Amino acid sequence: MDDKIRKEVISILVDNHSNVLTRVSSLFGRRGFNIDSLTVSATNDPKLSRITIVFQGTEQALNQILTQTAKLEVVRKITPLDKKNSIYRELLLIKLRADKTERSAIREIVEIYRGKIDDLSRSSMIIELTGNSEKIDGFMDIISCYDILEVCRTGITGISRVDEALME
Amino acid sequence: MRVTGSQLVAEILLEHEVDTIFGYPGGTILNLYDTLYEYRDRIRHVLTAHEQGAAHAADGYARATGKTGVVFATSGPGATNLVTGIATAFMDSIPMVAITCNVPDALIGRDAFQEVSITGITIPITKHSYFINRIEDLEDAVRNAFRIANSGRKGPVLIDITKDVTADTINYKPGKPLPLSPAPSFSEEDLRSVASMINSSDRPVIYCGGGVAASHAGEELIKLMEKADIPAAYTLMAAGIVGYDNPRNLGLLGMHGSIAANKAIDQSDLVIAIGARFSDRVALNPNKFGRRAQKIQIDIDNSEINKNVLVDIGVTADAGEFLKALLPLIKKKKRTDWVEKSTGWKNTTGDIKEGDAALHPSEIVDVICSNTDKETTYVTDVGQHQMWTAQYLRYDPNNKFLTSGGLGTMGYGYGAAIGAQIGEPDRRVIHVTSDGSFHMNMNEACTAVSEGLPIITVIMNNRVLGMVYQWQTIFYGKRYSATTPERKTDFPKVIEAFGGKGFTATTPKEFEEVFKKALKEKGPVWIDCVISEEERVLPMIPGGGTVEDMIIG
Repeated sequence: MDDKIRKEVISILVDNHSNVLTRVSSLFGRRGFNIDSLTVSATNDPKLSRITIVFQGTEQALNQILTQTAKLEVVRKITPLDKKNSIYRELLLIKLRADKTERSAIREIVEIYRGKIDDLSRSSMIIELTGNSEKIDGFMDIISCYDILEVCRTGITGISRVDEALME
Repeated sequence: MRVTGSQLVAEILLEHEVDTIFGYPGGTILNLYDTLYEYRDRIRHVLTAHEQGAAHAADGYARATGKTGVVFATSGPGATNLVTGIATAFMDSIPMVAITCNVPDALIGRDAFQEVSITGITIPITKHSYFINRIEDLEDAVRNAFRIANSGRKGPVLIDITKDVTADTINYKPGKPLPLSPAPSFSEEDLRSVASMINSSDRPVIYCGGGVAASHAGEELIKLMEKADIPAAYTLMAAGIVGYDNPRNLGLLGMHGSIAANKAIDQSDLVIAIGARFSDRVALNPNKFGRRAQKIQIDIDNSEINKNVLVDIGVTADAGEFLKALLPLIKKKKRTDWVEKSTGWKNTTGDIKEGDAALHPSEIVDVICSNTDKETTYVTDVGQHQMWTAQYLRYDPNNKFLTSGGLGTMGYGYGAAIGAQIGEPDRRVIHVTSDGSFHMNMNEACTAVSEGLPIITVIMNNRVLGMVYQWQTIFYGKRYSATTPERKTDFPKVIEAFGGKGFTATTPKEFEEVFKKALKEKGPVWIDCVISEEERVLPMIPGGGTVEDMIIG
């Protein structure tokens, strides 16, 4: 096993009970794994939820995460979503200070990135952007020359392109 | 049939053949205890002095009998007092079901009197836990608790039930225990690869751990040792599996292990880890452990493979099932030179005697062995006495050795001994402890007296907190910080006051005399053995070290 630090996206199908998120996230905490982002969402089965976790670590650490998490009673299935065969998406909401002199330039950038302007006031605007993390990072880089008031990123959620569904 | 939540719990316990539980009553668990009164002819409840003692007793009961240990406690402090006992069972993979009651559901989250989120507190130390505030969920939870505690790698499960649920009613139809989840399956290829590595090895060593004990695979292990002529070293959790007299026994492995065991691992070309997890007390330096060897790891818990030490082949399997399938593929082979060489390193730690006292730890263990048979259960606390007992005991595979290995819980011993004696009333139970550990839980003497348990407690009394004192001697320039408490406890008087019998011994001859007397007593006996504070546990490999760093004398 190599010691290279890699970024991994893991999809976990869990029982939709209270405390499930605590069980999963506290396992990561006490085993010393760093979570970059974590999203929880409903699935088409009301009894199940999906957790998508992005973490950084070595192959050995990834292996530990997969096997330790799989031991939890609430975990139905756990799979790493490899980059080639998966689609990752993230949502960004960003509030910028922008008066009338800056609006059109910002609008141009937003259009290039296929984002949306959700809200406008005399002195600020809120932009919405969806995409993979690289696209969001790229947008953030460009937009950072403006005065950013607030940023929210949801963290990655992902789905495998493979036909077989990540179901129980 | 219409039953209350409490009756439902009692009925499901009976379905699982639970006839003994340990615990302590309190406000929120009153309904359940009222039901226990009704079921008292079928379920024996053992009241301890403290919930921690009850948890250790359930653990000791489980280790001794192989059944699931069950413990009850009330909300708040009752529940938190279980925590150390649950964590002890978790670290050593002992099947346990802990049932606590919480405040009524209407009060949950209001910081009510004796309210605590015990499910939250115990997440890291249980295989699973349930918070039950609807009676409809109770039956499933109790049944699944037993399934989870006993499936795969065993461990504790906690069920926290709100008080209103214990009084609420529901229809109950008698059922059966849920089938255990099957052990992980392994492939023919796994078997062939492992067999071929063993068959082609010149200097193989078996490193066996608690997984062999949990799987009752001692016989298969010994068959493998004999057929392939392989010496074996064991961890604390597998002490006793390979009998003392076995010519291929290398002894205890790790920090306080034998020279032979540690050296054999270091010199071997193949380490076969069975039911073991390369813990930091065994693989003190994970990069150098078995540095000349290829490594095979067989463990029922997938997450243990490659966790601490990277192995060449890892197989997720039950030790017994795997060994049974493996044996036919193993070539009968003599490795006389290697076995003679490695077992020849066996260290005569029995001769290490330090300090000016007339009674030495090795002599105490020697007298215990000479006066007890192979049907004896030995229980220890944690510290120097635990290591001396593990090192010097002349185990027979029929002996049982109960000790807190993973968590290293001082105060484990007396509770565990009580559980073991209650589980197997006809077996002799010897509890070896020390003045340090025993001060943590000697209050359980009242339980041993109430229940009339003939447990013999041997106290290795050096008047210091020996293990930490030893580290301060060796690594901290004899700066004895908080290890020399100047206690004046008169142990024989204490046990007399509890209603038991007490003796003192200062020489091996005296100890043998009083030990023989103790064997005739009907109730608990304590023997205060005066030893020197200068006695150290040797050999010793400092944390992070290798066999080359071993301190021998």
